[in-house]
Amino acid sequence: MLNALQRLGHNTLTTLGYLGDASAFLVRVLLRLPSRVGEALQDFVRQVYSVGVYSLPIVIVSGVFIGLVVGLQGEHTLSQFGASSALGQLVALSVVRELGPVVTGLLFAGRACSALTAEIGLMKATEQLSSMEMMGVDPLGRIVAPRFWAGLFSMPLLVIIFDAFAIWGGYLISVKVLGIDGGTFWNNMQAGVNFHTDVLNGIYKAIVFGVVATWVAVYQGYACVPTAEGISRATTRTVVYASLAVLGLDFILTALMMGGW
Amino acid sequence: MTSQPSNTASTVKNLENYVTIEHLSFDRDSRAIFTDINIAIPRGKITAIMGPSGTGKTTLLRLMGGQLQPLQGDVVVAGQKINRLSRKELFTARRQMGLMFQANALFTGMSVYDNVAFPLRVHTDFDAPMIEKLVFMKLEAVGLRGAAQLMPSELSGGMARRVALARAIALDPNLMMYDEPFTGQDPISLGVLVKLIKDLNDSLQMTSVIVTHDVHDVLTIADYVYIIGNANVMGHGTAEEMANSDIAEVKQFMQGLPDGPVPFQYPAQDYAKSLLGTD
Repeated sequence: MLNALQRLGHNTLTTLGYLGDASAFLVRVLLRLPSRVGEALQDFVRQVYSVGVYSLPIVIVSGVFIGLVVGLQGEHTLSQFGASSALGQLVALSVVRELGPVVTGLLFAGRACSALTAEIGLMKATEQLSSMEMMGVDPLGRIVAPRFWAGLFSMPLLVIIFDAFAIWGGYLISVKVLGIDGGTFWNNMQAGVNFHTDVLNGIYKAIVFGVVATWVAVYQGYACVPTAEGISRATTRTVVYASLAVLGLDFILTALMMGGW
Repeated sequence: MTSQPSNTASTVKNLENYVTIEHLSFDRDSRAIFTDINIAIPRGKITAIMGPSGTGKTTLLRLMGGQLQPLQGDVVVAGQKINRLSRKELFTARRQMGLMFQANALFTGMSVYDNVAFPLRVHTDFDAPMIEKLVFMKLEAVGLRGAAQLMPSELSGGMARRVALARAIALDPNLMMYDEPFTGQDPISLGVLVKLIKDLNDSLQMTSVIVTHDVHDVLTIADYVYIIGNANVMGHGTAEEMANSDIAEVKQFMQGLPDGPVPFQYPAQDYAKSLLGTD
């Protein structure tokens, strides 16, 4: 019993220490202001390309398939109540409120965040971060900060692109395959979706997921044990922690938004 | 004359030193890496720090560069106590230091040219044509001007080492530190490196510190030698003094003897008992 309590106390303290360290890391990253704006902007654009543009294929393909599936499933259920005409509204609401931010968040964690952790971890293992420090250059400002801001910037854009392609997928299956009238599909969608409570709330979620997932990724890379095994473990942890954070935060944010926030 | 470790502090005072390590102790995972050591690096000279593998030679370089904090004692570089500087002051002080890493630590996403240009772009306001001139000067010095557009993955080990050297001297540092510069080099690359280190030290009037366990090559260019081991300075003096030293530890290291005061075996329980499985 005493041992169990000791273990619990030890684990709690370790977890709190870990969270404290990660939080202090985030604050240090946020406080790093670029001394040369032009160079910082170049770094940022390069990272947006790496984090965001490289994620486009998986986001677009997933978006189309999610739209197709939601359209199929929705029609199957709605037709039982004679409400197939509301399919446009169902697809759009499902996508912009939930599926867009959550699925993009999970894809982002798996595609971009894992790459960020591996890249920073490898830079650490090959002493590139140390060499930067020895040149009087802060790796937090030069390596970590541009990647963090790029992740934060890319995630909402990826969600918007995912939403657009998912709705297009829903349109394809509903109108072109299942024969629902196109005008009805778009009209019901327009009437049933509120820009503020539905679309913007989805974007807010995307921003929060972007911050948390990228934070997890850069921290895991920076703090990893600089060995092959250490980088592998850190990359796995990034995908697991970021994905769980996306799902957990989605519930909290949805509850807050449903509560009238 | 070969000095005993206990005399090191007095030697320190007699030289015009660029780096002074005073009563430094450093632990890692409760294991003492250094215990109250004193080292003086004379200005404008090449000082070799040698010792068996795992004795903390690289750690010593990292302490000099302020990447590690000593448990006690001070590391004084150019009159500044490196271990007591603020982060900002430390980063400023490091602009006068160059470190060539054992693993080269080239930025893998940048070309050779961009690697060498990196510190110039970050720390100077030179325009692109001026940076280009400086980069090509440094690359010419290491014989790699023609390799400027190659990526690090396209370089041989010797070439990568020379690019790392060009990058480390890009800002003409006052203190140049080399971490195992000769490891894994073929005889030609090794000869080139030895000559480069000597020439650069003389032409740029730098203070050079070479950490290595490669006795023969470094002794040809080192003005002063420290041999560390057992968490302490085992001996120090000129290359000749070290080669002829009668200190048992120094003699064992310099002559590469398997038996002596420096154990070959990592501490373990008795081998026979271990095989028999008895306590």
